[in-house]
Amino acid sequence: MSELLSIKHLTITPKSAPQKLLVHDVSLLLESGKTTCIVGESGSGKSLTALSIMSLLSPQLSKVSGQIMFQGQDISQLDNHALRAIRGKQIGMIFQEPMTSLNPVLSVGYQIGETLTVHLGLKGHALKQKIASLLEQVGIPANRANSYPDELSGGQRQRVMIAMSIACEPALLIADEPTTALDVTVQAQILQLLDALKTRMNMGMLFITHDFGVVADIADRVVVMFRGEVVEQGDVKSVLQNPQHPYTKALLDCVPDAEGKKPLKPIDYAWLNEAKESIPAAARPAIESLPA
Amino acid sequence: MSDLILTAKHLVKTFSQRGGRFGLGSSQVKALDDVSIALRTGTTLAIVGESGSGKSTLARCLLQLQALDSGEVFFQGKNLAKLSSIDLRSMRKHLQMIFQDPFASLNPRMRIGEIVGEGLLIHDMGSRTEQQAKVIQMLKRVGLSEADMQKYPHEFSGGQRQRIGIARALVLQPKVVVCDEPVSALDVSIQAQILLLLKELQAEMALSYIFISHDLRVVRHIADDVVVMHQGKVVEQGSVLDIYQSPTQDYTRNLLQAIPGRKHAAELLAEQ
Repeated sequence: MSELLSIKHLTITPKSAPQKLLVHDVSLLLESGKTTCIVGESGSGKSLTALSIMSLLSPQLSKVSGQIMFQGQDISQLDNHALRAIRGKQIGMIFQEPMTSLNPVLSVGYQIGETLTVHLGLKGHALKQKIASLLEQVGIPANRANSYPDELSGGQRQRVMIAMSIACEPALLIADEPTTALDVTVQAQILQLLDALKTRMNMGMLFITHDFGVVADIADRVVVMFRGEVVEQGDVKSVLQNPQHPYTKALLDCVPDAEGKKPLKPIDYAWLNEAKESIPAAARPAIESLPA
Repeated sequence: MSDLILTAKHLVKTFSQRGGRFGLGSSQVKALDDVSIALRTGTTLAIVGESGSGKSTLARCLLQLQALDSGEVFFQGKNLAKLSSIDLRSMRKHLQMIFQDPFASLNPRMRIGEIVGEGLLIHDMGSRTEQQAKVIQMLKRVGLSEADMQKYPHEFSGGQRQRIGIARALVLQPKVVVCDEPVSALDVSIQAQILLLLKELQAEMALSYIFISHDLRVVRHIADDVVVMHQGKVVEQGSVLDIYQSPTQDYTRNLLQAIPGRKHAAELLAEQ
């Protein structure tokens, strides 16, 4: 089992207010062929963490410190030219909104093909064949390559996004809430598809979600984020069955269960603030002083 | 068995769709195909199905926001389709709706006070000061403050906007509220808050809900009865317990299997 990606002490602040820590001292680990889930509410910094891996942060934000080691190289130090060779080739990314992340005036086949031409230099017949095989892998008939995004359903568009992101067989796939906008049944299909692709291509997958139900279905490791910090991380079974941090427990409690046995409990933030001092040391991530 | 407050019988709604070359052809889509449902007073009836199953069309047709091809909707014994437009308008204060998208369903140019108070103004309920007091009371009840009346929708988060949508629907003290996927655009933690708020308000104000959702985990917590829809038809209906514990149709079973985290829950049970 090899270490594919490790984020060490990542801190992100807005340029206008450097004292405000949007992401504070986040460290996490991902192995090839495994799935790590980042779970948290909106505003917890989970998407920022994911975007920073490929240096896609908005220019108003800056990464203050931290290393992002991908296959033994700190990719946060690379310039744009070097990053372009990695984006889409070694690291694929799927975004949340399949409606807005595809270009409406280009056929889906063309959009999948772009990556292949840029990174692998495929052209003509070989390109067409590869696009067809990619579409079939994600469960879309190959003749849909000429369709435009508006002719496809939400689930199909998300499949197209997946086909694009796996086109160059990346070592790492980042999926930022890929199923949040979808129906439950379509969500189940997409999760199965991602899991199968991950196993077959031995990819590492970084999966971002706010839903612990999805985590239970897909993750090997879980990282729980709250207000920009990692409050707990570990093996999926141990986190789900024996959560250490009160926030993890609270977040688990607000997921409705299908059996209807456990009452719904919304998160009591006031209590969490008070409980912050009494959080068990084992669940608190080691916080080291920030470099000057 | 409590009384039925809203019943729908044999609803049919067909949309024609342009198709073919240059949009010259047309095809018919049956969004509602002989749908009958009944809502008991003070309970929640959930309508579940995938997108395209006709559940939102059903909601709109129940409230007469969309004309039916055929079928009847009875509210407290009155056939809504037979009412004159004036009578129907005054009836609307008893029938309210909470919408899915908290970002699209609030007018960005209106202040929260105006948005919530507009229904009171239209139905001419009470003097200006009484209306004002009602709006403040309702906003406080859903967890917002009096100062929020002066703000615009963009100043609120998704969960707060959904609270505004709830206040707007409930300030008229309706009898039936149709909730069209009210929590599907929200985070799980916010979702739990809103679901509990809806439940509390139901008990306080004796509301009857029609609750539309594709998430069977949510439905399990809020519904008393469930209607499962697929391609415009009712596939199965019954009490929550019956549907979840002994579904008779394959389609319902598929929906239940798609619930995320089910496998894990089953493993947990096996270990215990």
